[in-house]
Amino acid sequence: MTATTTPPVAAEEEAPLRPRARPRTPAETLGTSARYLALIIAAGLFLVPFYLIIRNALAADSEITAPGWTLFPSTIHWENFGELFTDPSVNLLQALGNSAIVAISQTVGMLLLCSMAGYGLARIPYRYATPIFYAVLVTLMIPPAVTFIPSFIIVSQLRWVDTYQGIIVPVLFSGFTTFLFRQYFLNFPRSLEEAARLDGLGYFGAFWRIVVPNSGAFFSAIAVITFINNWNQFLWPLIIGQDSSKWTVQVALSTFLTAQTINLHELFLAAAVSIAPLVLVFVLLQRYLVQGVAETGIKG
Amino acid sequence: MATTEVAAPPRGSRGRGRIGGVAPAFWLFVGPFLAGLVIFVYVPIIWSVILSFSRGQNTVTPGDWVGLDNYIDLLKPGPFLDSLVTFTVFAAFIVPLTFALALGLAMLLNRIRFMRTFFRSVFFLPTACSYVVASLVWKLSIFNGVRFGLANTVLGWFGVDNIAWLATTDPPWYWLVIVTVRLWLQLGFYMILFIAGLQRIPRDLYEAADVDGAGRGWQTFRYITFPQLRPTSVAVLLLLLINAYQAFDEFFNLLGNSSFARPPLVYLYYTAQGNQDYGHGTAGAVILALLIMIVTLAQGRIFGFGRAE
Repeated sequence: MTATTTPPVAAEEEAPLRPRARPRTPAETLGTSARYLALIIAAGLFLVPFYLIIRNALAADSEITAPGWTLFPSTIHWENFGELFTDPSVNLLQALGNSAIVAISQTVGMLLLCSMAGYGLARIPYRYATPIFYAVLVTLMIPPAVTFIPSFIIVSQLRWVDTYQGIIVPVLFSGFTTFLFRQYFLNFPRSLEEAARLDGLGYFGAFWRIVVPNSGAFFSAIAVITFINNWNQFLWPLIIGQDSSKWTVQVALSTFLTAQTINLHELFLAAAVSIAPLVLVFVLLQRYLVQGVAETGIKG
Repeated sequence: MATTEVAAPPRGSRGRGRIGGVAPAFWLFVGPFLAGLVIFVYVPIIWSVILSFSRGQNTVTPGDWVGLDNYIDLLKPGPFLDSLVTFTVFAAFIVPLTFALALGLAMLLNRIRFMRTFFRSVFFLPTACSYVVASLVWKLSIFNGVRFGLANTVLGWFGVDNIAWLATTDPPWYWLVIVTVRLWLQLGFYMILFIAGLQRIPRDLYEAADVDGAGRGWQTFRYITFPQLRPTSVAVLLLLLINAYQAFDEFFNLLGNSSFARPPLVYLYYTAQGNQDYGHGTAGAVILALLIMIVTLAQGRIFGFGRAE
């Protein structure tokens, strides 16, 4: 749909767009300084929410609510961690575990199902491949969130409300991800697969032994984006995981936010803990993430 | 082996390997996905269309037919139409703002050399945050409406009185809260799309413009950058619109079931999950799906849907 499936952009763009051989004029120097000034201000604003999370997570409530801004708590309250994880009314570990189960199995499942379907649609010359591809394309016109009530109905008929499979399975069948894989495999060099064929491998062997091992970057990009989206998804787990034993970390945070049953520093510390795995993924795999976003335009 | 076969079969035709013919191989690859697509996408949609003609109070079993009543109820002046108005206002803020700022950041980053990756990472970092976490920070720390909130603290330095950001509709300050949350969360993502778009513009166009004496500023933007970015701009606009249409998380977490700003999905959530009114809920879902299909198809008609095909 909106994926323009453009030719891969070089992952990094360290080479400046227009290298300048000419000596700088005062006007250019001024322009560059203005650009940096604008970027520094913007970057400062962008970091404010992270600063607030850390500040409030490590403070005592009295410092958060004190009149007059405390830039940072005078003593860092590391004991907030112990308090958060032993608070019986919070059970953050359960929520983090649920989120991990949900996000990891959704990422693995979606990658498996959609990459295989995409490969079949791209490469196997089956008689009905084209009409089946159109049946997939049609689903791209309706974003899944818009049909959450229909999806809830089927899950309730399967008696999957308040189960992991209810949260995990219905999300797996992404027409969009399949479409992206199909476009990717269409551009995969045929010669490699033909070599596999000559070695006596069928489609299955060619896919697993040749195509997948040579598509690491693309799979990683989709995996990182899918994982982040699934970790952060809210509406679907909110509807299906109604019992507190099935709350994901987003649903748990939202409940504490609306009910305000726990104190401020615990809430902010819980928020910090909930984004920590993602920041880690983000820092380690940003290259794949940026490349994936640039090439596919996927976002949750 | 292969060299002994003088007339090799046309490639891709029979693929006789360990897994038989073409049809079994195709179903092995596509079958599981397709089965899921039917069960979790097609069946629910068809079910909902049928249910939308039933009363569907406290039940998801069709029956007790009411004809078009659910649709007529929704299209009368009332909460559903209000939710579409809310979406329209929201989109009118968030779409142009995100578009302009993301393009601006991308162009700034494209013109600098030092620290480029650092700045890009900073602007992209909020992508790792969820709407729930961002709403939490906005609601309890920045715009909490009391003196110790960041926004009121800063305004206090200039002698401005406390503002109850989320609790007042006159003036509707809650829009500032709602719009800035999403802006912070999504700006970096669209910035990346624009950076990728900018890098696809052939460099010699700029060199030619230089030779022709066009200034580096507005003229190159107006006659080269912006026209060359058209495919990216169209994709960004459509994505922004579709994503705003599905807004739920920040409205739910910041405003809950407020009467004044409920976008469509929040309205449907409270109708179906709150009131167990699946008749109106499914009718609303059908209307929303039709509306978004029209937008997608119209966009395709105008800008060449499936050009990538």
